[in-house]
Amino acid sequence: MGVSERYSRGRQFVVEQPLALVVGLVVIWMAWFLVEGLVTGRLQVNNVLGYLWDGLLRGLIIGLAGIGLSMTYSILNFANFSHGDYITSGAFAGMAVSYLVAGFGEADIGSLLLVGAGGSVFGGALGVGIATSPIGIIAGMVVAAIATIALSLVIDRFVYKPIRDESGIALLITSVGVAFALRYLIVFVFGSRVRGTTAAGSQPQLRLVAVDGYLTINAHDVTLLVVAVGLMLGVHFLLQRTKLGKAMRAMSDNEDLARITGIPTEQVVRSTWIVGGGLTGVAGYMFVLWKGTVGFNDGWLLLLLIFAAVILGGIGSIYGAIAGGIVIGLTASMSVIWIPSEFGRAAAFLVMILILLFKPQGLFSGRTTA
Amino acid sequence: MSESSLRSRFESLLTGDPGLVIAVLGAIYLAYILAGIVFGFTVRGHMNSLANLTFYIAVFGMLALALNLHWGYTGMFNIGVVGFMGIGVYVTAIFSKPPAAQGGAAQVGGLGLPLGVGVVAGVLAAAVFGAIVALPALRLRADYLAIVTIAFSEIMRFTFMSSTFETFTVPDTFDLTILGTTLISFDPVADTVGFGGGSGLILNYASPLEAFLKFLFLWDPYLGLVDFVGEYAIQTNPKPVVDSLVYGLLLLVVVGIYYWLLTWTGESPFGRVLKAIREDEDVANALGKNTDVFKLKAFVLGCALMGFAGVLWYAGRGSITPPSFRPNITFFVWIALIIGGAGSNTGSVLGGAVFAALLYEGPRYIKNLIEAAIDVGDGPGSFGQAMAALGSFDPVPFLVYTLNSISQLRLVIMGVVLIYLMHNRPEGMLGHRKEVASSIDLSRPEGSVHEEPAATDGGEKE
Amino acid sequence: MSETTETGERTTAPDDEAQGRTRYPLQVEGLRKTFGGIVAVDDIAFEVEEGSLTGLIGPNGAGKSTTFNLITGMNDPDAGTVRFNGEDITGRAPHEIANRGLARTFQIARELEEMTVLENMMLAPKNQQGEKLWRSITPGVRDNVRRQEEEVLERVWEVLDFFEIEHLAEEYAGNLSGGQRKLLEMARALLTDPDMLLLDEPFAGVNPTLEKRLLDHIHELRQDGYTFLIVEHDMDLIMNNCERVVVMHQGKILMKGTPAEVKESEDVIEAYLGGEV
Repeated sequence: MGVSERYSRGRQFVVEQPLALVVGLVVIWMAWFLVEGLVTGRLQVNNVLGYLWDGLLRGLIIGLAGIGLSMTYSILNFANFSHGDYITSGAFAGMAVSYLVAGFGEADIGSLLLVGAGGSVFGGALGVGIATSPIGIIAGMVVAAIATIALSLVIDRFVYKPIRDESGIALLITSVGVAFALRYLIVFVFGSRVRGTTAAGSQPQLRLVAVDGYLTINAHDVTLLVVAVGLMLGVHFLLQRTKLGKAMRAMSDNEDLARITGIPTEQVVRSTWIVGGGLTGVAGYMFVLWKGTVGFNDGWLLLLLIFAAVILGGIGSIYGAIAGGIVIGLTASMSVIWIPSEFGRAAAFLVMILILLFKPQGLFSGRTTA
Repeated sequence: MSESSLRSRFESLLTGDPGLVIAVLGAIYLAYILAGIVFGFTVRGHMNSLANLTFYIAVFGMLALALNLHWGYTGMFNIGVVGFMGIGVYVTAIFSKPPAAQGGAAQVGGLGLPLGVGVVAGVLAAAVFGAIVALPALRLRADYLAIVTIAFSEIMRFTFMSSTFETFTVPDTFDLTILGTTLISFDPVADTVGFGGGSGLILNYASPLEAFLKFLFLWDPYLGLVDFVGEYAIQTNPKPVVDSLVYGLLLLVVVGIYYWLLTWTGESPFGRVLKAIREDEDVANALGKNTDVFKLKAFVLGCALMGFAGVLWYAGRGSITPPSFRPNITFFVWIALIIGGAGSNTGSVLGGAVFAALLYEGPRYIKNLIEAAIDVGDGPGSFGQAMAALGSFDPVPFLVYTLNSISQLRLVIMGVVLIYLMHNRPEGMLGHRKEVASSIDLSRPEGSVHEEPAATDGGEKE
Repeated sequence: MSETTETGERTTAPDDEAQGRTRYPLQVEGLRKTFGGIVAVDDIAFEVEEGSLTGLIGPNGAGKSTTFNLITGMNDPDAGTVRFNGEDITGRAPHEIANRGLARTFQIARELEEMTVLENMMLAPKNQQGEKLWRSITPGVRDNVRRQEEEVLERVWEVLDFFEIEHLAEEYAGNLSGGQRKLLEMARALLTDPDMLLLDEPFAGVNPTLEKRLLDHIHELRQDGYTFLIVEHDMDLIMNNCERVVVMHQGKILMKGTPAEVKESEDVIEAYLGGEV
């Protein structure tokens, strides 16, 4: 028994007491390293601003995709591991339409719809981009949303609905099956090659003077910013102003209660998939438009960062998901100032693990969905 | 021990769980062999495919058994399996690779220690990392533990891939000097060590099979066996085929050891507490069990076994690269466990075998069979071309495209199978309720309660 | 550590301790617990006499289960002390408290569903060698484990016989009826070899025949020297069987006394019995 006491006490001490100290020291060191780097010229101001800008945009994508994950996590009560592949699905569906619009008449429709599978057509050559083919981009965005909504509703109907009452773990495991099936169906249809999607060079860009260099902002950055912020505001109004939003909030707080008080839960579930799926599809599309490449693994690779954001923000809170997304995006991008760039995502995961260990209810907990 | 009890033991071996395992394995092998004969495989082709099959049955069996300790017994949702496998084999490589000066300066070197030492180090490293993950994370609820473990396994993969840890130069000497006196002067053989970054590590040590057989002084008889096969079965270059077949069989022996170890772990007071933790941790606590310690031990043991399975999977492969350690492998193991039935060791072995034979190797085997039987040609390069042909009522290109995509499609099949199982048979082939957690038969002892301890003597075998 | 001195004189401590060891295995003092601003248990103090059957009663939400959780370490109190056999066990881990000889059952029987009744029972005894992993998997040493298991098994069957649930031995606990689960839980708690048992509504959902049997068992065990603290709703049952009663109301102790005293108390009648008796 002595051993176990020492074990639990030791852990308590190790875990609770010096943690604040360590975090404090790390923060101080990071601040010093940044300031010292900027002063001595080891770091360039324009680079730091570049990381900041990149992290913010990445964070918006994560946040946008995170809203859907957070909503299903709290309302359906499971961690959806197929969420990343919804993102990929949205990206491919949207890009197929953008290719079609941008390249209509220039190449055969099959190649366009398959987003140039097998190297048949190239988005760059077709002029896919907000300035060169604005209609194609808007159409792509709309289709990305619609396709992902349809996909998530179909999957819910045939996969999740029959086992709605099972434990969250059973649903989680099932969602892994969905993720596998979806991801490799995408490979089957669109191929496994990562390809360029946009005519990035032909989009206008802005060069802002930033002390010792320039910060470049291109048209797709701005598109992403406008779309993401617009949609986030839209969700805000949806949740605050409509009956649906109220019902959703009630559901995520307490499903049984919601059922008793007569909120039609299946309808709320459907609405959740519609809102969440739509945002997720657009997020996937904006992601591949912004970074200029698309591959079957894009969504899956983003998924853990999205989980990080959702957990950071507190599961069920859409504002938390947005804020968490931005924090995670900034962490992943800006960490290169302090650590080797290949650990950017690792740093974001570490933040998530620390949150799970020490504040599992998230940083923005208290109010669940509002 | 009397003859009749021996016989009854033998009979129970055939009718009980081991009999079931033998029957399932037998059916799998029979199907593979028959299919190979029908489609006209050569002897070499046969032996190769069986060796491959055996290998995957064994590794998935081991991993499913280890995961069963975590999930099936204790209810710990670990989806970082591949991370512990990677640690095992990477550490083994670092310990046992020859120094760069011997192995070629172009690559990262190792410490040049015997492979056995490397394997032990790899397994211990996996155990230590298991403890590092477990200490803070085991109190988390299941889905959070899942996210932490998968994030951990990804962090490990980034580490293997990173250029920061690609290679380090080892100083020529380590001197421990205190107050001007050199206490220890150590001259390491290694000149460089590291994870090798994106291009990975070349495993340029003696083959594990050779090292193992030499250790047992069985190397010469083994070479005799190879000659025998060369004489009667495969005339040209028989060694690689025999190597892989024998390696596969040795792995099956390891599965047996895992099974035995985990059965003893489960069928004991220790395993009983693990089961209680799975069912209701508060109750276990209220009965005076320090559940944190039990969970920690179970987690670490499982991680060590995963690390060892990782070593056995990859250490004989010539090289390792970070993409091999993607989370997909973890989910494969999960599917294997769920097929077999979480909570049952026999189920884990069966699940590993069925997964390997039907889902992992099966589709590829069918592809090989078809290709051995008919010349399918190159086929279309993309789905579009396949569909275009299908549109003009020519299904052949589509079928060939499907066949060529079988590696990817089998993951679709796995996903669908997993969904099907979760809908229709979440308890798997054998399910939870199979194995009683006790080292003894729990039926009422023969002697009545009031008799003297003589009753227990009778139950003991000397 | 020295904060608690405010409540009493230092000189009384040895006296208390001596008393605790001899007469009062369980002493609760100034115990307090709040959940998110709501006071669940508010500064309660009582003690349980050795070998007694003490009832803890009160309307729903009075804080009885929370009190149990505080005593057994499932929740940490915000203030106050719990002494068991004279030792301060406040805030200790549940397994440590259980190992000191204070066993409990749960309000809603928490059997281990996918384990058989026998497995449930075999789990309970303390100091099982085989709970050390290495002993269970080391050839040779495992024989000792088996030998001890055989001894444990005999006791398990004795207790199964005592509670007359031996016919359910091979059954999965999840398949038992509510009353059978209660019996199993108590039998299991008894196997931890406790000095004292805290039973949280042991008779809830138990049919009258079984209830009588359970009561008989409790009285029998009392004669063997076990101490009981029982949470129960059924007033008659408590009045007829307990020699001491602690009445809780809204997180506070309303009164302590013999069943007769409690029956006569105006406060109790008003707060709890609603003039029914």
